[in-house]
Amino acid sequence: MKTCLVVDDSRVIRKVARKIVEDLGFACEEAADGQQALDFCKKTMPDAVLLDWNMPVMNGLDFLIKLREEPNGKKPVVVFCTTENDMAHITQALRAGADEYVMKPFDGDIIESKFAETGLV
Amino acid sequence: MSALPSNKFDFLCQDVRKRSGLVLGQEKAYLIDSRLGPLARKEGFASVEALVDAMMRGDHRLCVAASEALATHETFFFRDKTPFDLFENVIAPSLKSTRMGRQLKIWCAAASSGQEPYSLGMLLDEIPGLSADILATDMSAPVLEKAKAGIYTQFEVQRGLPIQRLVKHFDQVGDSWRIKPQLRQKVRFEQANLLDDFARYGKMDVIFCRNVLIYFDIQTKAKVLDRLAAQLADDGFLLLGAAETVVGLTDSLRPISGHRGLYAKPAMAAKLASAA
Ligand SMILES: C[S@@+](CC[C@H](N)C(=O)[O-])C[C@H]1O[C@@H](n2cnc3c(N)ncnc32)[C@H](O)[C@@H]1O
Repeated sequence: MKTCLVVDDSRVIRKVARKIVEDLGFACEEAADGQQALDFCKKTMPDAVLLDWNMPVMNGLDFLIKLREEPNGKKPVVVFCTTENDMAHITQALRAGADEYVMKPFDGDIIESKFAETGLV
Repeated sequence: MSALPSNKFDFLCQDVRKRSGLVLGQEKAYLIDSRLGPLARKEGFASVEALVDAMMRGDHRLCVAASEALATHETFFFRDKTPFDLFENVIAPSLKSTRMGRQLKIWCAAASSGQEPYSLGMLLDEIPGLSADILATDMSAPVLEKAKAGIYTQFEVQRGLPIQRLVKHFDQVGDSWRIKPQLRQKVRFEQANLLDDFARYGKMDVIFCRNVLIYFDIQTKAKVLDRLAAQLADDGFLLLGAAETVVGLTDSLRPISGHRGLYAKPAMAAKLASAA
């Protein structure tokens, strides 16, 4: 079973996202900020990361840059999922190595179509 | 259930069918309130029935508006993906060798709010050595207005559109996303009804006619398919929606085996089958 790490400081969003990725057939893990996510990835690289931008301790972009520097850190498909929905943020995320980008609010169809786009489902 | 008395319901069904081909059976009666309700309110009628009364008195403009309102306009970028993969992997290579740099003529025959022709435009941009004149038509004026403006909501640009293509082909305008002028200029939009004559458009290399025949009765499907075939170049391609086919409706087109949704004239289909 493929693993998806959901990174968001909101428990509510994590719960919604968990339901969606589990319905898509993923095992779901959660992290509440970028540092927790990085610690998780250093132990086990997930197949996919659904990533919020603004979080305490370490934000999504800093996490992504550090992740891509890790050995095997290119493996996870990283899908940003954030309220930062302007072109400047999107291009910044893509330059840092994001594979896809979801602008909140999102729903199951959007996550599914983005996962399909990147070959995850 | 619609509350319309049966004579008014029958009038509405016949009028809509005559204008657009849409078959509005009893099982679709629920659509009448949900889709004509907003039109009735906008036009200042107290009820859908009052709107239908005005249509029965011969208000042509309202009849057209009702047909437009009753049609399903659902669409999204790169819908179903397969047709676009087929375009890239089967159609483009096949036509590239015979067209020798000439522009392809592509027609989206029920283009709705434009996502289908713009998707093709984005794809063509990524295929070296191939350019096309894209004609996009629909019978409905409001969806064509939206298509021409090329402005889409955040929700619309997240269905089926990879983020790289959003960045490349759209400008952000407030909360919306607008197709860049270079792409907008590649698509010509015109109002056209599939039930009317469309020979004026000339021969087409590729016709996309997806998710519209499904709403017509068998005779109408057959007639439109025959006329689409007459419009297709001998080595051209037709794409239908996932729930549509030519089988049992016309002899002038054949499915291309192994490629769901892809059709060609019999000689071309045979040639492709023997090459496969
Ligand atoms: C469901 S949309 C399909 C859009 C697009 N081809 C796709 O597959 O996503 C169907 C469109 O067909 C149009 N339509 C219905 N009857 C038509 C007719 N008789 N002539 C031209 N267009 C028609 C409607 O206005 C609507 O925009």
